[in-house]
Amino acid sequence: MTTTTETDPVLAEATLRAALSTRARPHRPSGLAASAAFGWRAMLKIKHVPMQLFDVTAFPIMFVLLYTYLFGGALADSPREYLQRLLPGILVMTVSWITMYTGMALNTDISKGVFDRFRSLPIWRPAVLVGMLMADAARYTMASVVIITVGVALGFRPDGGPLGVVLAVALLLVFSFSLSWIWTAIGLRMKTPESVMQVSMTVLFPLTFASDVFVDSSTMPGWVQAFVDVNPITLLAGASRGLMHGSVDGSDIGWVLAWSAALVAVFAPLAMRLYNTER
Amino acid sequence: MTDQPVPAIETEGLVKRFGTTRAVDGIDLTVRTGTVYGVLGPNGAGKTTTIRMLATLLRPDAGTARVLGHDVVAQADAVRSAVSLTGQFASVDEELSGRENLVLLGRLLGFSRGPAEERAGELLDAFGLAEAADRLVSTYSGGMRRRLDIAASIVVTPELLFLDEPTTGLDPRSRNQVWEIIRILVAAGTTALLTTQHLDEADQLADRIAIIDHGKVIAEGTSGELKASVGAGSLRVRLRDPEQRPAAARLLDQVLGEPAQLESDPAALSSRVSDPQQVATALAELTGAGFAVTEFALGQPSLDEVFLALTGHPAEPTPEEDAA
Repeated sequence: MTTTTETDPVLAEATLRAALSTRARPHRPSGLAASAAFGWRAMLKIKHVPMQLFDVTAFPIMFVLLYTYLFGGALADSPREYLQRLLPGILVMTVSWITMYTGMALNTDISKGVFDRFRSLPIWRPAVLVGMLMADAARYTMASVVIITVGVALGFRPDGGPLGVVLAVALLLVFSFSLSWIWTAIGLRMKTPESVMQVSMTVLFPLTFASDVFVDSSTMPGWVQAFVDVNPITLLAGASRGLMHGSVDGSDIGWVLAWSAALVAVFAPLAMRLYNTER
Repeated sequence: MTDQPVPAIETEGLVKRFGTTRAVDGIDLTVRTGTVYGVLGPNGAGKTTTIRMLATLLRPDAGTARVLGHDVVAQADAVRSAVSLTGQFASVDEELSGRENLVLLGRLLGFSRGPAEERAGELLDAFGLAEAADRLVSTYSGGMRRRLDIAASIVVTPELLFLDEPTTGLDPRSRNQVWEIIRILVAAGTTALLTTQHLDEADQLADRIAIIDHGKVIAEGTSGELKASVGAGSLRVRLRDPEQRPAAARLLDQVLGEPAQLESDPAALSSRVSDPQQVATALAELTGAGFAVTEFALGQPSLDEVFLALTGHPAEPTPEEDAA
């Protein structure tokens, strides 16, 4: 027993020394492994704060119920009949809206000190963002399941069967992942989550409403129609309806994939540039 | 010089501007491997910015920095493989548990799930966090958070560890723990660069210290060298009768040859001392002249005094400097 400053009982000094003994450094993880670790981080957050799932559960239920019963009587003979056309589109629209939370969550997350640590690790740089988007894909899947379940309960009967529904959701996930890169870039660029939301809404309102989700574009004036017909939401809604009802138009799917590739090609490098920019 | 081993850190004329402010304004540092280097300065002096450049988080606007021989811009990935960063505001994830934080880092450093969990368990035990391991970090005390933060920095033992104000905001007990951890780490062969606002912390831990102010190194050396440059310290005296203070101050002025400072305690005064021998003389003179001294203490020069001596301005967080 010496009288030097007490080594605190909390610290097990021998264990600490042992823990510090040098050991082989593991091989640096692959890009996929690093992304998966960040995806795991996002899933853990959901586990700790399940309220984060509110936007992928309550929000979609509200959308389906509101639009089915508000417009069903006016736009088709009955809500149930309208639902056959509406549901694939409302699925596309709702999930597209939910992608906005990607940017907001990232904006809040990235201002925390832990990102300094992530950014100083020798890992594949996009892993942080890719992992987050992978976890978001799980959230989008959950929203899709909720919407389809509610739809079926209200009388939605897909002629394409379960396979058609699964393929439609898969296509939606590809598009949502690609679309999320826009919000990721915005989330990295803006100072506050509020401003991220404002910018995202400004893009999403015209994108989702100026589509043929609610009504066929042939009822619209020519100049609106011109926009609506090339809007990726229209194309995705068309592909989704086709897949679910077993009457898919291959060119719709092709265009959706082309849009997705274009979104990633433009916004993923932009997001990475912003991510690497100091703040 | 050419036979010297590669220094852990070597910077030349490092500059970082934010707008028109030169946060770091031409810093030259050399840190030998296996040592603790202290960077001492007030808030806003450029300490954190310097660390962020060395840890590859910020790009220098001018000058060069090499960490363990690797250029921080051109060879950023090699630098990242050799360093760990413990930030000023604990860089751990508050929304995860302590264990999850460490497992996550283990996986990001390349451990597979099993070994990552094993390593996390080992570190939680070593840092006295085993009991709190599965609680969210947001429920941790400041000291626990800082210990977790340091544990997260050594999931794989780094060659160089950056500690940005590792004890700011900690109570004395937690501060001692952190100091102990740093000593053990350095004894195990890690080089550490530590920033601090407190001379005693730099004194306790660092082999060499650079004092920086307004982005410039204004003094560099061992703590002994630096202290010698500002005198031996300060004498603080407390009188029984506050009424006698002005007269006592005049006497101290004469004996010590430095203007005595009146403290906010109405019975206390202090004065800089350049030679400890003078203290005995001063006290004898005071008692001899009939002043009843109830307390006296010879203090180390404080950071304030070092600053005052070196820069002529106090070590307060200063407002943006106009025109450099």
